[in-house]
Amino acid sequence: MSILLPVAIGSLFAGAIYLLLRRSVVKLFLGLTLLSHGVHLLIFSMGDGLRRGLPPITAADGSTLPGTTDPLVQALILTAIVISFGILAFILALAYRANQAVKSDDLDDMVTTDRL
Amino acid sequence: MANHLFLPLVSLMIGAALAVLFGRQRWLARGIVVGSVLFHLVYSLRLLWVVAEHGRQVSQAGGWLAPFGITFVADGASAIMLAVASLLTLMTVLYSFASLDEGYERYFYYPLLLLLLLGVSGAFMTGDLFNLYVWFEVLLLASFGLITLGGTRAQLEGGLKYVVLNLFGSIAFLIGCGLVYGVVGTLNMAHIAERMQTIQQPGIMTAIACVFLFAFGSKAAILPLFFWLPTSYHTPPVAVTAIFSGLLTKVGAYSLYRLLGTVMQNELIHLAPWILTIAWLTMLVGVFGAMAQMNVRRILSFHIVSQIGYSVMGLGLASSLGLAAGLLFTAHVMIVKTALFFIGGAAEQIYGTGDIKKMGGLARREPALAIFWFLGIISLAGLPPMSGFFGKLALLQAGVTQGAWLVTSVATLTGILTLFSMLKIWNEVFWKKSYADVSKLPRVSPGLLLPGALLVIVSLALGLGASVLVDYTTVAGMQLFDQAGYIQSVCGLDGCEAVFQTAIR
Repeated sequence: MSILLPVAIGSLFAGAIYLLLRRSVVKLFLGLTLLSHGVHLLIFSMGDGLRRGLPPITAADGSTLPGTTDPLVQALILTAIVISFGILAFILALAYRANQAVKSDDLDDMVTTDRL
Repeated sequence: MANHLFLPLVSLMIGAALAVLFGRQRWLARGIVVGSVLFHLVYSLRLLWVVAEHGRQVSQAGGWLAPFGITFVADGASAIMLAVASLLTLMTVLYSFASLDEGYERYFYYPLLLLLLLGVSGAFMTGDLFNLYVWFEVLLLASFGLITLGGTRAQLEGGLKYVVLNLFGSIAFLIGCGLVYGVVGTLNMAHIAERMQTIQQPGIMTAIACVFLFAFGSKAAILPLFFWLPTSYHTPPVAVTAIFSGLLTKVGAYSLYRLLGTVMQNELIHLAPWILTIAWLTMLVGVFGAMAQMNVRRILSFHIVSQIGYSVMGLGLASSLGLAAGLLFTAHVMIVKTALFFIGGAAEQIYGTGDIKKMGGLARREPALAIFWFLGIISLAGLPPMSGFFGKLALLQAGVTQGAWLVTSVATLTGILTLFSMLKIWNEVFWKKSYADVSKLPRVSPGLLLPGALLVIVSLALGLGASVLVDYTTVAGMQLFDQAGYIQSVCGLDGCEAVFQTAIR
């Protein structure tokens, strides 16, 4: 399990960067979404309850109870997921409108604002 | 210790909600918007005075003690930024009344503007790293809406680049937050600052500082990361470009000041030579980019990049003197840049194009516009008696005092090149006579002239009364660089760790 998490994070980052480097707008946005999921898992791996923040409820002698962990990282991820979900909704609409206006999914066709 | 720092944010939230509800009643909605921005302005001017009299102001959300709850801190730097931001938003609202058609109002332009100011104000005052991320997302989402509102092809293309690169910066910021939590186990800025002093491996903190430099640098448009700015800033309506130029990149610069200047001071001192190199490269590349352009707003957009180099230079000097000078310069450039966008935009509206080759003869037709433009450009270039002179003087003094000769000489050179590039607009748009028949052009309406003129007058006033501003920013710079004082204001005299240990026992 402890090997699985870094592998999952690494694959999400690798896939995301691959998609970000493609020319298609849809793939670009899929890449951004994957990247944000990779970061969520990265934050998740930051709270192991050992040296960092402790769980809020501990045993009477201060030791950590089994099955408890630092809840703060999960709260952070929850916030980040909600935000990235809102942004996903926006960028999908933007991709749709851009596709309508440019009549193409290729980023290399979207260069009119660079030249002007 | 009352919760009063949340007041301006609450007023903006309520203002935005009411403006959405009453969007159909045009004048009522406008009144609500002006009212809530005015409240924000009055509050932040009062805050300027309160901070000068009583020092840092701290509010704890919900009464939770400092390292546990969300803290809001207002010191000199945040008070100045807050006051300038609300002044600029008020002027933008007035300019939008005169320049935008009704469609914008129907599609929630003004609520988005209020939400933008909300995110910016939150970012200026928050004392919690993750909360800063949330405010950044608030202001980014509002700015995404503003830049694409209207839906022309250019806006969608420019907006796409703006959105993607800013989201990438935000993701880097989130990575930084996660890593900070992993290393020090807290997100309260004062607590981070305190725990960082006891970290065993200094290398990891330097790496994290670099992640933040990347994240905020891409938002502030420093050298290798600025490409989204000149391709997107000239596409939305002038009012939107003007407020973006005043607020967005400067929030990135301010966050760098707060995070590296106050919280991660040791890392700032490590990274200072690199930051100074980025600073002078940014100045030069920005101004050279501007010289090659022939469109009013694109020229001004490249100058935003160039001026960010000066703000970053203040950071790179890594001293209270440098931070004070950087703050003074940033406050000045926010005002002047927005004013120039207003005036240049008014000229653009008269001719129906932003191409300076196709314009001309405006000095005779609109002398008032020409006078304020001229005062604006000498302020941007840094000539007395405008505020730009004192902003640059302070930076150069700080640079010379610390022996940073290269960046200081490049800053001086960039000032001259800025004047050259702005005189190009002056010659082409205002001075030359080539335009066929100037008398057929429409007159500029007072609503278009007034906001820019007022901001130029503010810049002149800040230049004439520079001693007040210099004194204020000197104190603000010392407050910003005073890490121990920051920790004590937020967590009490014993520091955050003491509060933390007492609470978990």
